Amino acid sequence: MVLNLVSKLILVSILPIVLTGCSSTPDNTITSSNKTSLSGTIEIDGSSTVFPISEAVAEEFYQENPSVRVNVAVSGTGGGFKRFASGEIHINDASREIKETERIAANQNGVEFVELQIGTDGLSVLVDPANNYVDCLTTSELKKIWEPGTKIEYWSDLRAGFPRQKVNRFGPDTDSGTFDFFTDKINGEAQVSTDRYQASADDNVLVRGISGTKGAIGYFGYAYYQENKENLKPIGVDNGNGCIIPTNTTIADGSYSPLSRPLFIYVNVKSLNEPQVKAFVDFYLIHGATLASEVGYVAASDEVFAKNKRLVE
Amino acid sequence: MIGKHFEEKYDLAPHSRGRRVSRRVKSIIFYLLLLIAISLSLTGLLSLIVEIGREGLPWLSWHFLTEFPSRFAEKAGMKSAIMGTVWVISFTALIIIPVGIGAAFYLEEYAKKNLLSKIIEVNISNLAGVPSIVYGLLGLSVFVYYMGLGRSVLAGALTLSLLVLPVVIVVSREAIRTVPESHKQAAYALGANRFQVVYKVILPQAIAGIMTGTILALSRAIGEAAPMIAISALVYLTFVPTSPLDRFSVMPIQIFNWISRPQDDFRGLAAAGIIVLLITLVIMNALAIYIRNRTQVRLEE
Repeated sequence: MVLNLVSKLILVSILPIVLTGCSSTPDNTITSSNKTSLSGTIEIDGSSTVFPISEAVAEEFYQENPSVRVNVAVSGTGGGFKRFASGEIHINDASREIKETERIAANQNGVEFVELQIGTDGLSVLVDPANNYVDCLTTSELKKIWEPGTKIEYWSDLRAGFPRQKVNRFGPDTDSGTFDFFTDKINGEAQVSTDRYQASADDNVLVRGISGTKGAIGYFGYAYYQENKENLKPIGVDNGNGCIIPTNTTIADGSYSPLSRPLFIYVNVKSLNEPQVKAFVDFYLIHGATLASEVGYVAASDEVFAKNKRLVE
Repeated sequence: MIGKHFEEKYDLAPHSRGRRVSRRVKSIIFYLLLLIAISLSLTGLLSLIVEIGREGLPWLSWHFLTEFPSRFAEKAGMKSAIMGTVWVISFTALIIIPVGIGAAFYLEEYAKKNLLSKIIEVNISNLAGVPSIVYGLLGLSVFVYYMGLGRSVLAGALTLSLLVLPVVIVVSREAIRTVPESHKQAAYALGANRFQVVYKVILPQAIAGIMTGTILALSRAIGEAAPMIAISALVYLTFVPTSPLDRFSVMPIQIFNWISRPQDDFRGLAAAGIIVLLITLVIMNALAIYIRNRTQVRLEE
């Protein structure tokens, strides 16, 4: 009786495996003229910021190459580089350049790579939509707000003429690459920041926080601002060359500085000998620009893509 | 009314009218407090379900279950995540049922009550409280790299097994302990050896409790996101696993990814994913109750 029950349970737990095993095969049998016979696997990991671009490229690539498995994971730029340096993955999505330590690790394992810039993200500084006094901040004013031990309690502390309204800060948590980049550019050193802000790993929480709090200020990636334009007010950043608001144009031509950051894919050179990886990277360079802007980023310029193509040849 | 019932049942004769009234008032207050407690927890659950349903139901459709992920919310589906979950949880069940029950029987019936078994016992209870991400990192270094399983279904299932085994063992031991000592002694008196006692006397009586515990443990495993992100991290994939060594994704990873996207539509998808996950959980818990009731009836026959 007991044996019976146990064997039934095992049967129940095996059943779905058998079923999926049978049902998964027909998908691959569809053939049409514009589909290639490439097969194999492409392993991609890395930044959650670049993920939407790589996912979009993988999705389009899959339409033409249904037998190639493109696996896109999200372990963060650093986590991805660890796997990339050990030769575990073909491509790493990166929202920053490779660090010296990561480069050394790759060298030690004999991993050669090329760096391909795909797009640009403009970290946007935002305030709540009811804020009618701040339109533009200089980088030194931003530093005053975000530096450790900041003395800015009210907006009036920052600039005479601003109302006596409490400054409520919102920002990504300390594990985020966005946090690294912003603190590096504004405070002069990565990871150095006031801790008097509401931190979240989820940018959507920051969007809600900033849009619903009086006197709020915060920063995150351009794509999140694009999706929530009506609830947020963007702030121009003045780096000594006048006030620049992040738009597709100012990010693309580099005038939105210093908060524009390049987005890269790093490709293992050896893996380019595998036909499916080569085909995928070529595909990426042809369609990457369109797809990057489709998912909310500013595509890298034509010159950059032309340079990328030469690098891959 | 409740107060009166209580008094009658336990024959608590009141000494004076005033005291009786105050006693009744107290018992009514207590009753109301309990009512508040249950309604608070139910309101939390209910508002969660209503909110998820409101956001997710419009996105729930057949192709949501049968399509692969996509950057277009309208086209995106959970097929790879659902199948990944089915695979991982099936293998987890295959691992934890024999190992968990075996360990429980060893500790209850075979192990000598000495310092070593005490240490093992304490450790198992402690393991049940370790944060799940720790198991994820352990699984990553041991199963994925050291044992060379790669980021496979098997590595994921082994990690989840480690995570829920303490629960299975603790619950199984409780179930085994409920079997009366007299039944065991009777079997021994009839000449049964230890294996026969375990297999024919204890197991049939304890199986209901063991199975309930096992399925509840699996219900916990199915919703774990943190260790699975450490092991798999895979978000976009266009295949379902066909062997235990294939790469995989699971439902919590997919839901987590959808929630963190900028586009509002993906939060609807995430809610739909949560509905699918909840339905799976309800089915599993119903299965636990069914098995418990069925096995109990059989024993009474």
